[in-house]
Amino acid sequence: MIDSQWEALSNQSVAACGVLYFLALLAYLVQWSALRGVAATSEKTLSADGGEGSVAVAVGPAESSVVDGARAAMTGRLALILTIFATAVHAVALFARGMAADPNRVPWGNMYEFTLAGTFFVSLIFLLSYRRLALEWMGPLVVGFVVTILMVAVIWLYGPVTPLTEALNSPWLVIHVVSAVIATAAFTLGGIASALYLIKERRGGDGVSAGGYLSRVPDLRTLDVVAYRIHAFAFPVWTFAVLITGPIWAHEAWSSYWNWDPKEVWAFITWVIYAAYLHARATAGWKGRNAAYIALLGVATLWFNFIVINYFSTSTQHGYAAVVVDFLTRT
Amino acid sequence: MTPVTLEDPPEEVERRSGELTFVETLRWAWRQLCSMRTALLLLLLLALAAVPGSVIPQEGVDALKTSRWKAEHPDLTPIYDTLQLFSVYNSIWFSAIYILLMISLVGCIIPRLGVYWRAMRKPPPPAPRHLDRLPDHTSYLTLDSPEVVVAHASETLRQRGYRVVSTSSTSSDGAGDTVSAERGYLREAGNLLFHISVLVVLVGFAMGGLFGYKGGVILLVGNDFANNLTQYDDFVPGSLFDPDVMEDFSFSLNDFDVEWIESGQGQGMARKFVSSMTYRESPEATQQDYDLRVNHPLAIGGTEVFLIGHGYAPVVTIRDGNGDIAYSGPTIFLPESQNFLSFGVIKAPGAQPAQIGLEGFFYPTYLMVDGDPINVMGDDRNPTLSLLAYTGDLGLDDGSPQSVYVLDKSKATQVVKDDGKPLRIDLQLGQTMTLPDGMGTVSFDDVQKWNKLQISRTPGKRVALAGVTLALIGLLGSLFIRPRRIWLRVLPAADHDGEGGTMVLVAGLDRSGNGDMPTELAAVVAELTNSAGAPRSTSQTEEEQT
Repeated sequence: MIDSQWEALSNQSVAACGVLYFLALLAYLVQWSALRGVAATSEKTLSADGGEGSVAVAVGPAESSVVDGARAAMTGRLALILTIFATAVHAVALFARGMAADPNRVPWGNMYEFTLAGTFFVSLIFLLSYRRLALEWMGPLVVGFVVTILMVAVIWLYGPVTPLTEALNSPWLVIHVVSAVIATAAFTLGGIASALYLIKERRGGDGVSAGGYLSRVPDLRTLDVVAYRIHAFAFPVWTFAVLITGPIWAHEAWSSYWNWDPKEVWAFITWVIYAAYLHARATAGWKGRNAAYIALLGVATLWFNFIVINYFSTSTQHGYAAVVVDFLTRT
Repeated sequence: MTPVTLEDPPEEVERRSGELTFVETLRWAWRQLCSMRTALLLLLLLALAAVPGSVIPQEGVDALKTSRWKAEHPDLTPIYDTLQLFSVYNSIWFSAIYILLMISLVGCIIPRLGVYWRAMRKPPPPAPRHLDRLPDHTSYLTLDSPEVVVAHASETLRQRGYRVVSTSSTSSDGAGDTVSAERGYLREAGNLLFHISVLVVLVGFAMGGLFGYKGGVILLVGNDFANNLTQYDDFVPGSLFDPDVMEDFSFSLNDFDVEWIESGQGQGMARKFVSSMTYRESPEATQQDYDLRVNHPLAIGGTEVFLIGHGYAPVVTIRDGNGDIAYSGPTIFLPESQNFLSFGVIKAPGAQPAQIGLEGFFYPTYLMVDGDPINVMGDDRNPTLSLLAYTGDLGLDDGSPQSVYVLDKSKATQVVKDDGKPLRIDLQLGQTMTLPDGMGTVSFDDVQKWNKLQISRTPGKRVALAGVTLALIGLLGSLFIRPRRIWLRVLPAADHDGEGGTMVLVAGLDRSGNGDMPTELAAVVAELTNSAGAPRSTSQTEEEQT
C-alpha cells in the first residue's frame, strides 16, 4: 500500500471506530434503561462457591425482574463486544496513521495523533482492567468520553500526515510520548472514578435508594479503591514520562534537562498534585472526598497542559530553537 | 482557708492550659512541620507556586521575551520585580516552600527509618483474640489435627512469602494454636527509598544549578570557536561556577547541510541538518571529525555542544558618499517563521556624510505575487533582501550597549524617495542600489549560513538521573508491595458441634488500602483446604462495606 492509501485507511478506521463506539454507547444506554425496571442492590454479592474459596466477587446488580434483567445482561454483553471491536478498529487507525508517514513512524507526532492515541489507550486500559477492577459500571462513561474526544479530534485537530520535525526524530519519541499518553489515559479513567465518588457521595452515599445509574455504581469504598488502583498505576508511568525520559530527551535536544518551559512546569504541577493525592489517601481528614477532589484537580491540570499550554506556548517563533520548542511541546 | 482575692494574685506565674514554653513551642512547630497534613499542604502550595512561572516570561528561560514583556508593561514590571515573578524558580518564596517540604520530608523520614529498622526485625504480631472482628475473615472445618493444620499453614504461608510464627497453647483457655504471618516488609523500604531519592535528585539539580553553565553562540559556517568566555554571545553561569573548569577545546564548522522536502508530505520542511565540524579536545590533542545533528550532541569531557538552530547571514557591502566601504560582511538575520523569512539589521555608523542603518527582511526564495513579495520556502533558491533605510543618529555614539538585532530609530530619520514615500531597497544576489542624496550604495554580495550552538556543562546530571530512577523503583515498591498480615486460630471442633475435627479461623489485614485482602484470603484458604484433606465445610463472612 502507498502512503496515501494508508492515510485513507486511517481516516476510514477512525470513522468506523467512532460509529462502533457510538453503537456501544447506545447498547449501554439500552442496558441502563432496561435496568431501571430491576431493583438495584448496591451491596456486593458474594459468590457461594466456598470450595474454590473465592470471596466477595462484585457482580452486576441482582437481576430479579427476569425479562428486564435478561435484556440488560444481553445488551451489556453486546456493549462490551462493540467496545472491544471499536478498540480494535481504533488500533488499526493508529497503525495506519503511522504507516502513512514517510518514513514510517510512531503515530504520535502532533495534537491530532496524540488525541487519537490517548483515546485509544483510555479504551484499551479500560478493557484490560475490566475484569480485575470489575469496571462494567464505567462502560457508558468511558465509551461516551472516547467518542466525544474522537469527534473533537476529527473536527478541530485534524491535520494531514507530515514527516517528523528533526527535533522529534529520536527514539525517545517512542518511549517518552507513549508513556505520557498511557499515563494521561489512566489518569483520565481514575478521574472518572473519583468524579463518580463525589457525585455519589453528594447524592447521599451508599444509602441512595433511588434507581438510576448511581445505584449501579459500586459503593463509595469500592469506588475509592478503584480510583486509587488506577492512579497507583498511572503515577509511576507519569513519573517515568515526565521526570526520567522527558529530561533525558530534553538534555539531548535542548542541552538542558530541565528548562522550566510551560509544558514542563505544568507536567511538574500535575506530578505534584498526584503526589498530594497519594498522600491525602493516607492522611486523616483527607481520605475519601478531599482525596477525590485532589484527583480531579490533577486531571484538570493534565488536560490544561495538553490543551491550553499547547496553543499558548506557540507565541514565540523566534529562531529555530523556538520552532523546536514549539514542536516538542506539541506532543 | 484564706480566701484569695483578685487584687492579690499569686507570686509565681502559673501556666494556663494551652500555654507553651519556648522549647515546647519549637517542638510543637517541628511536629506540625513533619506532619502528613503539613506535607500535603506544602505539596499543593508548591504546585500553586509553580503556576506564575508558566504565565509570566522567565529571565532564566527566555531573557529576550522577558525584556520585551518588561518594556510593554512599565507599570507592572516594578511590582513583579519586587515579587521576583521574573525568576519564580529561584525566588525566595518558591525556595522557601520546597526547602520547608524537604525539611518536613527529612523530619518524617528519620524517625520512620528507626521505626522501620525495629519493625523489620520483629516477628509478626500475635493473633488478635477475636479474629472474627477483623473486616476480612473466614473459617473452615477440617479432619486434620491442630498440629498438622498449624504445620501445613505455616509452610503454605512461608511459600507465599510470609514471615511466620506459630504458637501452641497448652492451656485450656480455649484460645487454641495460632499462626501469625506477615509479608510486604519492603513496602516501607520502597517508601523510604522514594523519599530519600527525592533529596538525591535535589542535590543533583542543585549541583547543575550552582556549578554548571549554559552558553550560546551563533557561528557562521566556516568559522572557528574556542571555548572561553569571550567567544560566547550569551553565557549563564551557575552561582558557584568557576571559569577554570572550562575545558579548552576548540572546533570549526566546516559545512552545513539541510535537506528540503520538495514535494509530498511536509513540502517545504527542512530536515536532516548536519554540521560537519572538526574539533580538538585541547590545543595539544589531535583533530577529530564529528557530524553534529539535532538530538546528537558532541560531548567533550563534561561539556556538550548542541545544534539548536540555523539561519542565513546575507553579505552586504555599504559604501558611503565618499565611496569608502562603511560596512562589509555577513550579517546574521534571525528567522521569523518556519520558512526562514528572516529579519535583521545592518548598521554603518562610520558612513559619511551621515550614518546609515538598514533593517528588513531576507527572503531565501523570493517570489512576487500580485505585487506582494512572498517567501516560498526556506532553501536559498532566490535570495532577496528587502530593507528600509535610516539615517542620522543611530544611538551608537554614546557608547551605551545596544543589541545587534535592533535598530535604534528614536533619533534617526527614514530615508525617503523623491516622492516622499519610504525608500525600499530590494536587492537580489549580486545587485547594487544607489541611495538618494549622495548617501552611498548598498550591494548584496553573497549569502552565508550560520548555526546556533548551545554549549553547556551540567555537573550532577547523573546524580539527578540516578536519584529519579531510584525514586521510581522506590515508588513502585511502595505502591505495589502489599503489606499483609494473616492469622490462623486452630481449635478442636468438638467444642462447636460435637463432631471430631478441627475448626480453623482465618483473618487477614491489608495495610496498603488496596482493598484486595478478600482475594488473598480466599487464595490462602483455597490452598490450605485443597491439599490438606477435604474440608468439611466452610463459611465466609465479610463485614458490610459501607
